[in-house]
Amino acid sequence: MKRVAAFLLAAGLAAAQVSFDRIRKAASEPGSWLTYSGNYEAHRFSPLTQLTPSNVAGLKPVWIYQVRQLGGVEVTPLVFDGVMYVTEPPTAVTALDLKTGRPLWRWVRTLPADLQTIGFGKVNRGVAVLGDMVYVGTLDAHLVALDAKSGVVRWDVKVADYKSGHCITVAPLAIDGKIITGISGGEAGIRGFIDAYDAKTGARLWRFWTIPGEGEPGNDSWHAAGSWKTGGGSTWVTGSYDPDLKLIYWGVGNPGPDWNGDPRPGDNLYTCSLVALEADTGKLRWHFQFTPHDTHDWDATEIPVLLDTVIRGKPRKVVAMANRNAFYYLLDRQTGEFLVGTPYAKQTWAKGLDDSGRPQVLPGTEPTEEGNLIWPSLQGATNWFSPSYDPVRKQFYVAVREMSSYYYKGEAEYKPGTFFAGGGERALSGDDAWGAIRGLDVATGKQKWEFRLQSPPWVGVMGTAGGLVFGGSGEGNFYALDAMTGKPLWDFQTGGSMASNPISFLIDGKQRVAIAAGHAIFVFGL
Amino acid sequence: MHLKIFSRLAACFLLCCLQNGWSQDDLERGKKLFQAHCALCHGQTGTGGRGPNLAQPTLAHAPDDEALAKVISEGIPGTEMPGAWQLTDREAGLVASYVRSLGRVAVVALPGDSERGRALYESKGGCAGCHIIHGAGSSIGPELTDIGARRNADFIRESLVKPGASVPPSFLMVKVTTREGKTVGGMRVNEDTFTIQIRDAAGRFYSFRKSDLTSLKKEPNVSLMPAYDTKFTAAELDDLIAYLASLRGES
Repeated sequence: MKRVAAFLLAAGLAAAQVSFDRIRKAASEPGSWLTYSGNYEAHRFSPLTQLTPSNVAGLKPVWIYQVRQLGGVEVTPLVFDGVMYVTEPPTAVTALDLKTGRPLWRWVRTLPADLQTIGFGKVNRGVAVLGDMVYVGTLDAHLVALDAKSGVVRWDVKVADYKSGHCITVAPLAIDGKIITGISGGEAGIRGFIDAYDAKTGARLWRFWTIPGEGEPGNDSWHAAGSWKTGGGSTWVTGSYDPDLKLIYWGVGNPGPDWNGDPRPGDNLYTCSLVALEADTGKLRWHFQFTPHDTHDWDATEIPVLLDTVIRGKPRKVVAMANRNAFYYLLDRQTGEFLVGTPYAKQTWAKGLDDSGRPQVLPGTEPTEEGNLIWPSLQGATNWFSPSYDPVRKQFYVAVREMSSYYYKGEAEYKPGTFFAGGGERALSGDDAWGAIRGLDVATGKQKWEFRLQSPPWVGVMGTAGGLVFGGSGEGNFYALDAMTGKPLWDFQTGGSMASNPISFLIDGKQRVAIAAGHAIFVFGL
Repeated sequence: MHLKIFSRLAACFLLCCLQNGWSQDDLERGKKLFQAHCALCHGQTGTGGRGPNLAQPTLAHAPDDEALAKVISEGIPGTEMPGAWQLTDREAGLVASYVRSLGRVAVVALPGDSERGRALYESKGGCAGCHIIHGAGSSIGPELTDIGARRNADFIRESLVKPGASVPPSFLMVKVTTREGKTVGGMRVNEDTFTIQIRDAAGRFYSFRKSDLTSLKKEPNVSLMPAYDTKFTAAELDDLIAYLASLRGES
């Protein structure tokens, strides 16, 4: 009996839980990938050094897992304790044996027959882990906790009503005892929010409305009566977290209707903004609006990257964002003070930024009935796919879309659960559009190198301490660049279009790199 | 057009509009939306171009108004017609109603004779040396089995007179030189960041890594096809166009 108890104890220890502290110290556990962006600071950077510019040319597939139902695969897998956790389209979670890619368990949600996604694909970007549970948002706007060993549902809570166009595609963020999630549905005229749930019970702890209600500060930035109620402000990309400041940083989407700003005069706070929320209460500490009164669908739902750097001779704790509007920003992450703002891609809508970081918008850049050609395109100079911060080389890597659009202004009538956009775009694609991976000096945003891509990408990047930058392309190329020069060192044709983010981890002590491409998860190693 | 006929048409048109619940303002709005979102391919007046002529009483993919609105919103899978996701249902309806109104205008007959055109295609033109119609011919250039359904007569004329004016993306002419000094010219059939695939005039496929090339030249306004306005008389050209415009995919 004593021996059995000892065995159970040993088994319990071996199947260690993923504590908040473990995620917080992700850098000291480089063999795992414990949260969407690799660490709370959202660096999407692997401290592993086995793969280097001199040996990466020998990278080969180790295993491939094909998803069971076709659809877009945008997942960032999580890896810990010998298991890889992926989500599959439309809403499924699968645990894979890390050595072979063989499924260990699979959970599939039955979605309502009348489910519709308005303005985006039926995708999911991944799970969060905390304790012995993995957490996933569903397309019908629930948050579900699954037992990490079996995939059995521990709890399931309704976040919002899918019938009004609410939807979850974002990977949740697990912090100390809380699961944070955002919401999609900006093109359906929802009122956006960021929620925190008790990790153990699923009870909602707080909700931050991204559009302030009547009587709240910021509501007066919606000049037309009632326009704030259908103002959008979705929150569909995972934010970052500073455990010392206890602040959550999360990007907010565009105002609705998207391309016709007439029904919503004013700055439309907090759309196209970064918000810093107190983790314990959800209270707004500060906000910074990148694109006031946006009419080009330039969500600020890019990754807020937390890092420490020196600005004008002074050490600063900053948050960096390469925004969809084509400007790279550095803000003081304690106060929201604007520090740096500079274009990192072609843009024709602003003369520049003023001293407070507000764009000096050029006249004649609004959407029109006839169509108005503006850079960047509706999809932005970058988008939801992740950038990477390389703390070794003090560089910021970003996947850039060099593309323009004719922006159209159209009718905008709000009906619950329908498209509420007021226009659209016609992008100049084909050989007129192209893409790039750019290496920026993190403190200034100045470009140090560029690697050109055949077409504007939907794939994020990951730097490694070994001196590599991994990225992908719309044509299915997965590749590694030299982090110092941007020169290509290795590439592999995955055979399907890519819209995902790379990660790195260890299997049996050997460095591996993984990415979703086409309808499969690919794992590579030497 | 005689004023009387015109006014009768206009009255009929107005009646149809009223039956469908559309006002004259709605039609104007539909026209404006059409010009912004559809005219790039279907022409400012809907008579076609890169896309088919819509000024016809019946449309192959849209037998009724409901089907037409669906085609506008969702596109036609497997073709170049995208869905106008950005239009509201009402806006798609307005565009549909405008497109319907185009079909009430008399169809202008082409000047040429399609039977004579077919003979020219097969003999003097030598067109089958590069194009396939109903399974017969050679595949250097694009298949033409349904070219009349996909392109209007003006577009076909331009392609014959200025072949380089609108080359489809998979027929873009490229010329590459390898490190060994070998030069290959042909059509770019595919390309990604690291590689390019080329088909030469003899139909041979080549695949190159871009890092193995010393030069990669794209010639966007060049076509392998000769200009036919010097090869054919004006009347012959009209006949050939009439034949090509009659090709609608049915055998």
